[in-house]
Amino acid sequence: MEIDEVITAENLTKRFGNFTAVDAISFHVKRGEIFGFLGANGAGKSTAMRMLCGLSLPTSGKAAVAGYDIATESEKVKRHIGYMSQRFSLYDELTVRQNISLFAGIYGLGRKEISERCDALARELDFSAQMDVPVSVLPLGQQQKLAFSVATIHRPEVVFLDEPTGGVDPITRRRFWELIYRTAESGTAVFVTTHYMDEAEYCRRVSIMVDGKIKAMGTPSELKKKFDAADMDEVFRRLARNAQRQ
Amino acid sequence: MRTLLILLRKEFILFRKNKFLPKIAFIFPCMVILVIPLVATMDVRHVGVAVVDFDQSTLSRDIVADMNASPFFSVSPFSSYESALTAVENGSVDVILELPRDFQANLESGNARPPHISANGVNGTKGSLGSGYVIESVAGSISGFLGMDVADKTTVTYFYNPTLEYRNYMIPALMIMLLIMICGFLPALNLVGEKESGTIEQMNVSPVSTPVFVLSKVVPYWIIGLVDISLAMLIALLVYGLAPAGSLFAIYLAAMLFVLVMSGIGIIIANFSDKMSQSMFLMLFVVLICVLMSGLLTPINSMPEWARYVTYALPPRYFIDIMRSVYLKATPMSALALQYLVLLGFAVVINALAALTYRKQK
Repeated sequence: MEIDEVITAENLTKRFGNFTAVDAISFHVKRGEIFGFLGANGAGKSTAMRMLCGLSLPTSGKAAVAGYDIATESEKVKRHIGYMSQRFSLYDELTVRQNISLFAGIYGLGRKEISERCDALARELDFSAQMDVPVSVLPLGQQQKLAFSVATIHRPEVVFLDEPTGGVDPITRRRFWELIYRTAESGTAVFVTTHYMDEAEYCRRVSIMVDGKIKAMGTPSELKKKFDAADMDEVFRRLARNAQRQ
Repeated sequence: MRTLLILLRKEFILFRKNKFLPKIAFIFPCMVILVIPLVATMDVRHVGVAVVDFDQSTLSRDIVADMNASPFFSVSPFSSYESALTAVENGSVDVILELPRDFQANLESGNARPPHISANGVNGTKGSLGSGYVIESVAGSISGFLGMDVADKTTVTYFYNPTLEYRNYMIPALMIMLLIMICGFLPALNLVGEKESGTIEQMNVSPVSTPVFVLSKVVPYWIIGLVDISLAMLIALLVYGLAPAGSLFAIYLAAMLFVLVMSGIGIIIANFSDKMSQSMFLMLFVVLICVLMSGLLTPINSMPEWARYVTYALPPRYFIDIMRSVYLKATPMSALALQYLVLLGFAVVINALAALTYRKQK
């Protein structure tokens, strides 16, 4: 059965003691859509994302990813998603090829498929010369591209990217977004958090979180019109100005 | 199953590439078995005996000569009790033997005044064992002098460890300590290391099941543990000539179960720690309890009663039983069935707990 909506969240909430990190957020993401999940530091983006990935249990509310409930069927969710965390989290000492094989194997790809994917990635990412070097020696931009490719190695229905392009130059970021577009075209939904407002413009739809709540949601042009702003940067600043949390 | 193999391959590549772990796994058993038995000895040799001989008779000279002939004593003569006491105070003498005036004459006339023996209690073991040895030696000299039948004398024969070498008692214990350290600490370090580097996130968002993941952390140390104990047994044989009296299979089977138990404990501790330092502190505590309370260094029989009950809850207790029995006494496995079963039970329960306390979703 094909589901058209790969993520649906309804009143999703996470509290840590008295602190409500994520406050009843509701949204949905369609197949193949690039969904920008924006918000200032501490707005609750990462917490929301960790709940959707099955790393964190919601305090209340419901969400389904790839058709499975994130609270009760998190192991099924995990077969259908990819996740790239803020921190580079591949194995530093393993080579590029070993990392790819490891994660491809975990997602159940066969030996032949794995070696095909390795070759394909080496070509696509222009990694041919670096397949057998430890990933720790790669430049940050390359590491991020590799982490993204590993997160999508099993062609998931949705891939979660937590600030995937932190700390790299605009050209490298641009190249990274080309990868994102290619993945989205193949039908994988991309759920991405970012602090770069130029990247927000690349998204099909964005939501902006302030103090744990979603304050605005729509296509970038809709939002610019609504807030009478010249660019996403201005939209963001108008919304985030009133934030209580720093 | 395939996932487990893939994860194990990763563990072995990482182990091999690690600058520290392979060395530790190799050097540690060598150091422990080579050095510790030499230095940590509780054998009492060279007891310093000060002889204050007021008798100066044939008998008193016999007594001194007999002690001089024994490797247990280093005898030095003193002219007064006070000067001998000074020697005790500066540490060169452990036991003072004072032979009273007319000791031999009184003995022969049947109203003997006993010799006076005083021992330094600061080093308790040396003092008490040393004075015991002195008594035995003096009694031997006297009965020899009186021409008593040697058969009258009580003799003690120690079974299983005929020379009463503390070393033979120590080496199996050291092997156990080795496994406790290597197989308890390393899995905990490994798992918390993944938490600190963040790679565990990538595992937690993957469909790897917790039992498989926990096994992938336990199995490598299982193999390393068995390699290490083999190495230790080889060194014990080559250097000290101590070969297991019982079957190797009995030893390996027990070691396999015990390593599973220890690495399971390591994983449980790692599950509750976020930082390396935290897990190390907890592990150190567990190791200390295991080493000091399970009969590894001190006999369980001499513990207070409540502590003896506690030892039943400590997995090393059963492994120690097996190792000492098999290594020194060649006890058949059938006689140790209970210990094997208890270890198996511990292995199953602890590893199940390790998998249960590992949370992919918080």
